[in-house]
Amino acid sequence: MDINVIFRIAGIGILISVLNMVLKQAGKEEQAQMLTLSGVVIVLLMVIQLIQRLFDDIRSVFGF
Amino acid sequence: MGFFSVLGFMLIVAVLLLIIRKERPEMAVLLAIAAAGMVMVSLLKYVADILLVFEAMARKASVRTEYLTLIIRIVGIAYLAGFGAQICKDAGETGMAAKIELAGKIFILSMGIPVMAGLLDVILKAF
Repeated sequence: MDINVIFRIAGIGILISVLNMVLKQAGKEEQAQMLTLSGVVIVLLMVIQLIQRLFDDIRSVFGF
Repeated sequence: MGFFSVLGFMLIVAVLLLIIRKERPEMAVLLAIAAAGMVMVSLLKYVADILLVFEAMARKASVRTEYLTLIIRIVGIAYLAGFGAQICKDAGETGMAAKIELAGKIFILSMGIPVMAGLLDVILKAF
């Protein structure tokens, strides 16, 4: 239950939203969309690792 | 991982979620999933200890072991169904949450069938 992963995800989220504002100011809408998608993909990969660890632990505890 | 660390952890996550949810709601959902997953992992230790105590008691009461493993598996499904349904509700997808709960109920029911069949046999044999 290390808080670092949470701060990392929150940091990526905040960074993405800030960069989006900057890109929107600069008039580059499509880059902003690409940036949002890449942010979601990165965070999704991190979350999937956590979920996989959760499912393995549950499988071992509950004997699935 | 005492209770206080879970509480503190969740308060921090709640604040971070509030910050992120305004601009990037999808990131907030991902963060909620990650936090919920981590807390569930850390709670698993305590659930495992409780289950061990139940197993010891059941062995003393000479309950048949396949019923016990069935019950433990049902508790696992309930544990996960609650996890998934709550995350879908947080994301605003109450429909998905209902589907997850329905699936959980169906799997639990399908696992409970042999127990009910065994019970019926015992009752019929008695009369």
